Amino acid sequence: MNAIYTRDAPDYIRAAYSLRSWLFSTDHKRIGVLYLISITVFFFLGALAAGLIRLELFTAEADLVTPDVYNRAFSLHGVLMVWFFLIPSIPAVFGNFLIPTMIGANDLAFPRLNLASWWVFMGGGLLTFIALLLGGVDTGWTFYTPYSSMFSNSYVALTILGVFIAGFSTIFTGLNIIVTVHKLRAPGMTWMRLPLFVWSHYATSIVMILATPVLAMTLLLVTAERVLGIGVFDPALGGDPLLFQHLFWFYSHPAVYIMILPSMGVMSEVITAFAHKRVFGYAYVAFSSIAIAAIGFLVWGHHMFVAGQSVYASMMFSAMSFLVAVPSAIKVYNWTATLYKGQVTIGVPLLYAMAFIGLFVVGGLTGLFLATLALDVHVHDTYFVVAHFHYIMVGASVMAYMAALHFWWPKITGRMYPEVLGRWSAVIAFLGFNVTFFPQFLAGYIGQPRRYQTYWPELETLNQISTLGVALLAVGYIMPFFYFVRSLWRGPRAPANPWDAFGLEWMIPSPPPTEPFKDTPHVTWEAYDYPRPEDQGARDGR
Amino acid sequence: MRFDWIDTLPFWPDQISDHAATVDTIMVAFSFVMVLFVAPIFVLMAFFAFKYRRGSKADRMGRPRSLPWLEATWALVPLVVMMVFFYQAARAYFDMHDEMENALRIEVIGKQWMWKTQHPNGKRQINQLNVPVGVPVVLNMISQDVIHSMYLPALRIKQDVLPHRYTKLRFVATETGTFHLTCAEYCGTLHSRMGGSLVVMEREAYDAWVEEAPDAVAPVERGRRLFTEAGCRGCHAEDAPVEAPLLDGLYGSAVPLAGGGSVEADDNYLRTAILRPNAHVVAGFDPIMPSFRQQLDEAQILDLIAYIQALPTGGREQGEGR
Ligand code: HEC
Ligand SMILES: [Cu+2]
Ligand SMILES: [Cu+2]
Repeated sequence: MNAIYTRDAPDYIRAAYSLRSWLFSTDHKRIGVLYLISITVFFFLGALAAGLIRLELFTAEADLVTPDVYNRAFSLHGVLMVWFFLIPSIPAVFGNFLIPTMIGANDLAFPRLNLASWWVFMGGGLLTFIALLLGGVDTGWTFYTPYSSMFSNSYVALTILGVFIAGFSTIFTGLNIIVTVHKLRAPGMTWMRLPLFVWSHYATSIVMILATPVLAMTLLLVTAERVLGIGVFDPALGGDPLLFQHLFWFYSHPAVYIMILPSMGVMSEVITAFAHKRVFGYAYVAFSSIAIAAIGFLVWGHHMFVAGQSVYASMMFSAMSFLVAVPSAIKVYNWTATLYKGQVTIGVPLLYAMAFIGLFVVGGLTGLFLATLALDVHVHDTYFVVAHFHYIMVGASVMAYMAALHFWWPKITGRMYPEVLGRWSAVIAFLGFNVTFFPQFLAGYIGQPRRYQTYWPELETLNQISTLGVALLAVGYIMPFFYFVRSLWRGPRAPANPWDAFGLEWMIPSPPPTEPFKDTPHVTWEAYDYPRPEDQGARDGR
Repeated sequence: MRFDWIDTLPFWPDQISDHAATVDTIMVAFSFVMVLFVAPIFVLMAFFAFKYRRGSKADRMGRPRSLPWLEATWALVPLVVMMVFFYQAARAYFDMHDEMENALRIEVIGKQWMWKTQHPNGKRQINQLNVPVGVPVVLNMISQDVIHSMYLPALRIKQDVLPHRYTKLRFVATETGTFHLTCAEYCGTLHSRMGGSLVVMEREAYDAWVEEAPDAVAPVERGRRLFTEAGCRGCHAEDAPVEAPLLDGLYGSAVPLAGGGSVEADDNYLRTAILRPNAHVVAGFDPIMPSFRQQLDEAQILDLIAYIQALPTGGREQGEGR
């Protein structure tokens, strides 16, 4: 397919060169790139903290850092990775960059709100970073009360403020995406013709704007209790500590879907492109995103089976959690079926996508173990949980992020990355990930609690395997960093459509001009309108 | 059904109760079923990627766009199968919350960063919990500061320990030995040091061990003294000068409240009655009882409750709690 919407305008990168033209750009593509750079920094900061944690856990005794440093390390790791990497990762980088183009628009509905979201995000990041420099926070990313509100001697209020502010950037992004999808679709781009990437971001955005305000209010209440002594959560002041957990998980369970739904969108794009075939069961995949977003709001109590909530409440939350797995299963089965009778090429993005599916399946199914009441009582707050959510949030989400990065890198930068190195990094990251996190399921079932600096001697072997895995995983993440940066100068120029993929973003030049569509395109095709073998004839094997 | 071979697996953690055996069985059976659901995905993905690699000669005519029956199958079959596990696990969960007849009640106080336990005769331990084998045990637990969580991995159970509210953990250990006892809810600096051991002893050994406590005073006895010393008796007695309810037979009964309705007088009710008397006012009385929050510590509150619990029933109707 050729680039059918060519323009004489310079591409968005060469449109202007000053720093100012980047920092104050309202171009969704530039803002996407700003996000890409910022979250990469946060990712490596959070990864350093993780490295420190795993190094300390190499032996059963505490011999590297003091308990306070250890507690601050895992808290920082969680806060940075959740709010400053995972939540913005795919939506703010790729959603930003791609959604307008995918639906035939030249920008998001509110370009200045989009810019504001990045500034707000950086403001929140800066406050959190200052909190870190001052001495950090030791509450874990969950800020459980009354520890966070009345007992912790660390920079809780400042960190909370950072997260609170960053939350607004999420709300802005969500709002922008929703309005854009409703209002700016090109003529002919009906809902059922939207790329699934857009559907999943639409579902994500709903979660963002409904859940994030709850987090914001909750964090404000913690600060009010901590700073002003207003009793909300601390029972000594007449509050209820479980109220915090309800509010927190009312946000944080849906937040898991903020982190995974966009990845699922990436999967649908990458798998169809590399199978060179329309996705199997388009409508089922599209609506399963909405179903996940909706049911995802009704399962938060599965984090509280041992917290002292009523057994009947636990039972309902358990049942709902089983239900929310169904739409995810539908997606995975449909992706598999998409390969059937396709024209499959194993490019780097597809390798990452397959890694995603493998890890997501394990992560998702172990999530069901945690939804199973009596099982959860045993493994709750152990390394089993740690392994489970890393399979989802690192295994799946980060793999999808890497898939997206490789898939759209040519589009974003106009350069190709080295294919062979790409394959190696995908395989190394996959292996490293499993070596790191699989042993944690076992350690958790044996009973190693999470957030422990020391552990029982019988767990040492498993923990050492896990720590060694990190070395491999690190190679898998650092390699792409270097070859991507290098490709900016040395990489071969990318054509408009290097993957022979279908979609509006592949019909414009790489990198795209600031306003790729001079005239609004008229969409007359459905999503993933790849040639069918019947139309092509058996001539060339298609 | 229960798999008895599980705990002979290498690496498998100690398993010392029927409940633990049930949990392990669910775990293993569930894992097995999951593999059944997942294997097709991996096998088919690899197979399709190979068979339909670009340029291969495989027949690609008649691609289905979507098949509703297939979608329904892969959505519903796993769900129905999983409901079996949901049900089994929910039953085990309800069972562990069920009240037990003639349970040995042990008081547990969690604080940053230690566990304090107290046996019925007043014998106390720190970071250690001795229990007899084969006897139902109920831990009545409370935290003095932040949230902790009592975790006994060999029994496959844990329960968060909250400030200002009692939570309970029930079990029957079926094997003797020394096992891990630990805190599973992050509670600050020395969280990972907040542990010790669960020692399951033969019954006679436990009885002998618990008796050997020369200066232990039973909580009921301490509570009786405190009831007078703290001034409770000044109001809660037949000949008291003020109108206050008699506490005989209170524990486990249904208390009619001033605002209408009634509430079961369990441990949490008694605790609230002493610390925040105005939270529920007993029907027919004036809210004149002062709060004792400043005067009493957690151990003393437990003593008072033990005393009130031991009072004669006084002809009152008893609910389940007794
Ligand atoms: C000044 C008199 C007074 C003192 C002293 C006092 N109480 Fe009370 N107490 C009352 C009154 C009146 C009520 C009933 C009204 C209410 O529920 O607040 C009551 C209610 C209670 C109840 C709930 C009774 C029920 O039937 O449900 C308990 C339990 C109780 N008190 C325990 C104590 C204990 C233990 C102490 C000592 C630490 C104590 N009280 C000291 C006056 C007193
Ligand atoms: Cu959840
Ligand atoms: Cu603790």
